[in-house]
Amino acid sequence: MNKILPSILVLALLAGLPLLSLPEYLLHLLITAFLLGLACTGWAMMGRFGQVSFGHGAFTGIGAYGMAMMWNLYGVSPWIGIPISVVLAAAAGALLGWPCFRLRVVGHYFALVTLAAGEIVRIFVTAAREITGGSLGMTPHLAPEAAFSAMQFSKSGFWWITLGAWAIGILVWHLQNRSMSAQALSAISEDEDAAASIGIRVAWEKLKVTVVSAALAALAGALMAQYRLYLNPETSAGLGISLQIVFGAIAGGMYGPLGPTIGALFTIGLEEVLRVFFGTGLIGAAPLIYGLLLVLFVLFMPRGLMGLFESRRHLGPGKSSSTKTPQRVGT
Amino acid sequence: MNGSATLELSGIQAGYGDFQALFGVALRVEPGEAVGVVGPNGAGKTTLLRVISGLLRPKVGTLRYGDQDLTKVPAHLLPELGIAHVPENRRLFPHLTVEENLKVGAYAKSARAEFAKRRDRVYDLFPRMAQRRHQLAGTMSGGEQQMCAIGRALMCAPKLLLLDEPSAGLAPLVVQQVFDLVRRIRQEGLTVLIVEQNVAQVLRVVDRAYVLETGRVAAEGKSAELSADPVLRRSYLGMH
Amino acid sequence: MNIFDPFLIEALINGILLGGVFALPVLGLNLVFGVVDVVWLCYAELVMVGMYIVWYLYNQMGWPLWMAFAVCLPCLAVLGVLLHVLVVRPLLTAPPINQVLATGGVLFVLQGGATLVFSTEFRSLGVDMPPMEVWEVFISGTKLSAFIAALVGAALLWLFLKYTYVGTAIRAIARDREVMPLMGVDPRRIYLIASAIGGSLAGLAACLLLVQLDVHPFVGLSFGPITFMICVMGGLGNMLGGFLAAFLMGVIISVGGFWGTTEWSYVFAFLFFIIMMFVRPRGLFAR
Repeated sequence: MNKILPSILVLALLAGLPLLSLPEYLLHLLITAFLLGLACTGWAMMGRFGQVSFGHGAFTGIGAYGMAMMWNLYGVSPWIGIPISVVLAAAAGALLGWPCFRLRVVGHYFALVTLAAGEIVRIFVTAAREITGGSLGMTPHLAPEAAFSAMQFSKSGFWWITLGAWAIGILVWHLQNRSMSAQALSAISEDEDAAASIGIRVAWEKLKVTVVSAALAALAGALMAQYRLYLNPETSAGLGISLQIVFGAIAGGMYGPLGPTIGALFTIGLEEVLRVFFGTGLIGAAPLIYGLLLVLFVLFMPRGLMGLFESRRHLGPGKSSSTKTPQRVGT
Repeated sequence: MNGSATLELSGIQAGYGDFQALFGVALRVEPGEAVGVVGPNGAGKTTLLRVISGLLRPKVGTLRYGDQDLTKVPAHLLPELGIAHVPENRRLFPHLTVEENLKVGAYAKSARAEFAKRRDRVYDLFPRMAQRRHQLAGTMSGGEQQMCAIGRALMCAPKLLLLDEPSAGLAPLVVQQVFDLVRRIRQEGLTVLIVEQNVAQVLRVVDRAYVLETGRVAAEGKSAELSADPVLRRSYLGMH
Repeated sequence: MNIFDPFLIEALINGILLGGVFALPVLGLNLVFGVVDVVWLCYAELVMVGMYIVWYLYNQMGWPLWMAFAVCLPCLAVLGVLLHVLVVRPLLTAPPINQVLATGGVLFVLQGGATLVFSTEFRSLGVDMPPMEVWEVFISGTKLSAFIAALVGAALLWLFLKYTYVGTAIRAIARDREVMPLMGVDPRRIYLIASAIGGSLAGLAACLLLVQLDVHPFVGLSFGPITFMICVMGGLGNMLGGFLAAFLMGVIISVGGFWGTTEWSYVFAFLFFIIMMFVRPRGLFAR
């Protein structure tokens, strides 16, 4: 494995960033982008095999609110609360995914079912306003005296946590890529019936990747909330965050491990540039350009930013997946 | 042969992506003639019809209908020009009624005004369709569906009728009925091009036929000549 | 519990009225999906644009309401055609995910554009009709007229699909695309027509929603997701299924709101949707 050494080197370099006394603002952007990148990486693990979810906001929401509720109501440290809520989100993913995959809910149907799931979590959080604060959002209790167990750190401290979580995501991607599951999912994305006929357990393979993907999204969602120390049903769950995750993955390209992260860096960077450029005077210009770019990306760069650097020989699995083959008259 | 043929193909090469199905096919159909294209599975028969009706563009070759170059005409304008194509497996709209299927067949602008007249003619030709006019097409038997598909094609009052495997999947008795129908349609002056695997049957209906093998015309001739050809008899008619 | 509780009956009636309003965007989405095979993720935002058009013409320009309505429909038809030509058509052969994403991008564009032009303020039409009372049950006049208008719209659509050549071709193309040119049908033209009708249904929905709902750039999010769910519940592309499912969802939300808050009734409706997906994954009325 000649990849391990360079990877560790890059991680070490990234970890050393705070020592360069970067401006806080830059570090803030990096933390946000890498956490989004983690969620995008998780999403792309499904998305690159044609399993398009518009409901990853459900998992980020469960991760964020699970963690925050445990801390605020029962004083459970995020160090314990995050793993628990990640497991909860994974379970939700399984609960949603298993019947979907058993009953062959695919394509548009799957996308819309997951969209509903994301909305359920968002509206549930809004409706349960007695404990979640509803649409006004909530803040995890501050605990300056026990900052470590409350996971309330300075920016550089949080950068290291972010980096660790992100590295887990990349590692999981690599493990998936090397596993038989990737081959199986690739076959499934080409033709489910054919895959099943050669002995691939279609529903089970899809379930595995969904659970992993949900867990990564939940981890990202929980850390994002913990970093901001603020939760809100619109920004922690629902269609908005779901689409943001999807856009990141698409913008970066889903066929290499770093694609989704690059996409996240790009979208966060773009949002910041637009925000700085237009300021508060022209509210609405940012989403307008954001949406326009999304459309242009899909129209003209469907393989994402990383697609620009990809050579022909390196085509990840799922390259030709889910393209529509037009029905023919006869043969 | 001189003068303007109804349909004239020469040097047609066509395929799907990297796969080439036709290698320089030439074919001619005179006005009022019935011509068959026979050959084994995968010989390119259906591809040939798809090229003629514009669903697939040839890579090379000319394709003329009267004095018109068909390679330049969008597929959906062919019914307007008098070309109707009954596709393989009939491809009815199973969730529409028989009459609605006929209505879709009369979609072409010039056909709409004539709808009632032509529909009644189709019902004359196929009394069974008149009984089932409000039945969903998908609930009918294979033979009835084939008749409905032919009826649907007749709704644009074609001069040239393309039939793709009209006998496929039908019981022998029904096959007989379908070919009887084709004979009757011919008598009304239509030019017919039939693609068939059922060589014995089709040679009894058509005047001439082409034998297509792996995308090339292997033989052509009058039906009687082909039926008498010893090679053909052995390979396609199962006779010795 | 008294099932003749006037408030419960009122909730039931309101649910049916609500279903009528849901039905229009559901029909529009299903029409476009059935014909073009693409989900317009930005459908609710098209409705939002229509609401702004009506609001602007009526409240700012001082036009009569019916004229604002009459202009809104063709505007939205044009918007539907533009959406098809600029975004959907180039992606017809692309993977479905790309199509959905592109229309998702349009969602942001429309939200952002509306924010830019109209700001995030809530705008209200300020039209109200007196409620009617039938045996202690109050029915909102605005909701009732919106319901009737929705039914009329749906009936016109049904007549069009059932009795015209283009309508019959639209129903045919939903099942078999490739054979259509053989019938003399240009699929590209049918796509345009379906997009225009889909757009005008969004326009009609906008008119009917605006009389009972304030418009703001994010108003689409309040009924968009539920619209998609109704479509899936009825069977994507299945017009009748979607139409019936709209009423079912309307009643669930309204009656659910009778026992809890509106938000809980939405949670309940969404849960119902997910459960139904598992019981009838191809839609309530799939064969």
